[in-house]
Amino acid sequence: MSRQNSSAAPVQHGAPAPVGGSLTNAATLVSGVLVAVMAAILIVRFVFGLGAVTNLNDGYPWGIWVVVDVVIGSAFACGGFSVAMLVYIFNKGEYHPLVRPALLASLFGYTLAGVGVIFDLGRWWNFWHIFWPGYANPNSVMFEVALCISAYIVVMWLEFSPTFFEKFGMAGAKKKLNKVLFFLVALGTVLPMMHQSSLGTLLVVMGVQINPLWQTQLLPLLFLLTAISIGYGVVLFESCVAASAYRRSIETHLLQPLARVMLGFLAFYLVVRFGDLVWRGALGEAFKPTVVALAFWIENALFVAPFLIVGSAGARRNPARLFLAGVALMLGGVFLRLNGFLIGYDTGPGWNYFPSVPELLVTIGMFAIEVLGYIIITRRFPVLPREVQPSRA
Amino acid sequence: MADNAREARPAGNSRRRFLKGCAAAGGVAAVAATGQRAEARETLQRPPEALGLLYDATLCVGCKACVAACKQANENPAEFSTVDKLWDTPLDTSGYTFNLIKMYRNGTMQTKDAEENGYAFMKTSCMHCADPSCVSACPVSAMTKNPQTGVVEYNADACIGCRYCVAACPFGIPKYQYDSPTGKIGKCELCRHRTKDGHYSACAEVCPTGATLYGRTEDLLAEAKRRLALKPGSVATFPRGKLGGADQSYEAYVGNYKQHVYGETEYGGTQVLKLSGVDFEKVGMPNLPPEAAAAHSETIQHTLYGGMLMPLAVLGALTFVAKRNVHHDDDEGGADDKTGAARKGEE
Ligand code: SF4
Ligand code: SF4
Ligand code: SF4
Repeated sequence: MSRQNSSAAPVQHGAPAPVGGSLTNAATLVSGVLVAVMAAILIVRFVFGLGAVTNLNDGYPWGIWVVVDVVIGSAFACGGFSVAMLVYIFNKGEYHPLVRPALLASLFGYTLAGVGVIFDLGRWWNFWHIFWPGYANPNSVMFEVALCISAYIVVMWLEFSPTFFEKFGMAGAKKKLNKVLFFLVALGTVLPMMHQSSLGTLLVVMGVQINPLWQTQLLPLLFLLTAISIGYGVVLFESCVAASAYRRSIETHLLQPLARVMLGFLAFYLVVRFGDLVWRGALGEAFKPTVVALAFWIENALFVAPFLIVGSAGARRNPARLFLAGVALMLGGVFLRLNGFLIGYDTGPGWNYFPSVPELLVTIGMFAIEVLGYIIITRRFPVLPREVQPSRA
Repeated sequence: MADNAREARPAGNSRRRFLKGCAAAGGVAAVAATGQRAEARETLQRPPEALGLLYDATLCVGCKACVAACKQANENPAEFSTVDKLWDTPLDTSGYTFNLIKMYRNGTMQTKDAEENGYAFMKTSCMHCADPSCVSACPVSAMTKNPQTGVVEYNADACIGCRYCVAACPFGIPKYQYDSPTGKIGKCELCRHRTKDGHYSACAEVCPTGATLYGRTEDLLAEAKRRLALKPGSVATFPRGKLGGADQSYEAYVGNYKQHVYGETEYGGTQVLKLSGVDFEKVGMPNLPPEAAAAHSETIQHTLYGGMLMPLAVLGALTFVAKRNVHHDDDEGGADDKTGAARKGEE
């Protein structure tokens, strides 16, 4: 499907193909156990209530199930959207081999985030109210987030379905889908733009409870820009991990220019971020001797780090550096979201929150499902670009 | 890949498309920037017939009759914090405690309503905001503001238990019942369930000193301002129960008020108003600007999503661009399948 533009690097990648190999190995077994533990904890949660397994309280009504599993999880799942945007909207066809693996990670990230929401809902059986005209409240940021994420999950499964059609030899279905693929791609770009920005807007109504370092009308833009650059960071990370785990060659010729695009988004983000802080006169908060200020600097150091790690063209040729830059960016995104939702959130004296062990195990279990699913699908379905021997190219 | 033939495509073509993509993105940003001014959502004001409470901390004797009455009126269970579990002793409002009298203490605690070496009381219950954060936050309209009375009402049958209202409220009022698999949100609804048989807020009904007074917020605000104008230490008449209801007034000394009616303008105003002798922040009432956070939040939402114009415009632009860039696959589908199959064969 990829279109090689004349300026692109020499073709070294084939059509997507299953990696093959066994499905029982250390990684899948450990993941399986973690998923079973999660299931046990969730039974307790649904029988006895949220208080039985979490440390949630009325000062911190949202814990890691919301902030990590949904807010951070979905940002990590932005690789698919970020790469698809590059390929189809900015017409950078040479990145095409990255689309499917990135889309797969996104598919999992989002689907699990959607399911994870249910664990956290105190009155989950009413969940459908969000989509029901008589109940839905369009003024609510959460309504918009829920609607867009749900729609996006459906769109992504459709976008990804050619993989299944190929596997099961349904050429007809694939052909039909391809006719409308351009529309799915457009939808698959607008929807994440909408809800990734709105995940930031969620904080606006919390008003003065959010530290001025994070409470700004520009939250939607900040969250959108970081979601996109995290998306590229995740692709760097995931490509390197997949390469080493499956002993494949790294697509450096693609990742290298991708890292440059990523730095571009990041530079724009940092200008907006600090411009806003200075303009609102909120930067003073960052120089107070508080944990919150420290967290702010860690967050921004992580966003600056990629410039130091892969700032030069030479450095971008080094896979280890690409990997590190991806990780730094992902962690920066983690901190921005943790800071906004938990560390910079202050409901008054006497409240504190740290996740309980069962809470952590559920989050870890969700991650394990992702790893498990990724392994099964890449080994059995045509997702990763087929390895082409250099001699043949 | 199957479309190696396309490699021959001239470079200019791709660059032009790239620029087109950039132009579309730029257009999106432009729409976003200009939309901003057009649809700012102003902070909402109290409805004219708004009902509420006036809590005067200088009149409060800390008897907590209102706490007990509120428990009873809402059929809430007792909550214990002492070892013997003899009395209802909640330490904060909760999913089962909608009203609490909290205490301020300083130094020797000698003088009532003095900031230094003094003590004071403060009522904690829903403020019934003019522009409530909880209502704006709630995705399923389980929190609603009554258009006539302005009372902020909760409907458990609609609620999904997301606790966004808990996070959003600047006063920390909505509380969730974490100990139950079917937990609800608990909060004061101004005893709206008691009005049909002629009753009003239980906390105001039982208050022996009129420190908690029920009535139309407009009247309560006038009453609050009357008190602020009185001379501290002089004797004046104070109504009890319901302002404008049966006369239960009595005479008492005028307190040493801070010249501020809390709730007159905070976040656009609240329907529960408060007077205090001690600085409001010190007794746990946050310093809030006159514009409501809900207005900021909804301004962003309406700017971006008003009439879904922007998303549709962006979708249109992106569809146009994507249609030109997503080529294939009619010619490729078969080829892809073959390579996929071939690959499997190799393994
Ligand atoms: S005080 Fe809190 S719960 Fe009550 S109306 Fe205002 S925002 Fe809602
Ligand atoms: S917990 Fe219930 S009332 Fe509160 S915002 Fe969520 S759905 Fe609305
Ligand atoms: S009005 Fe009713 S529910 Fe509200 S605090 Fe008073 S007694 Fe409790």
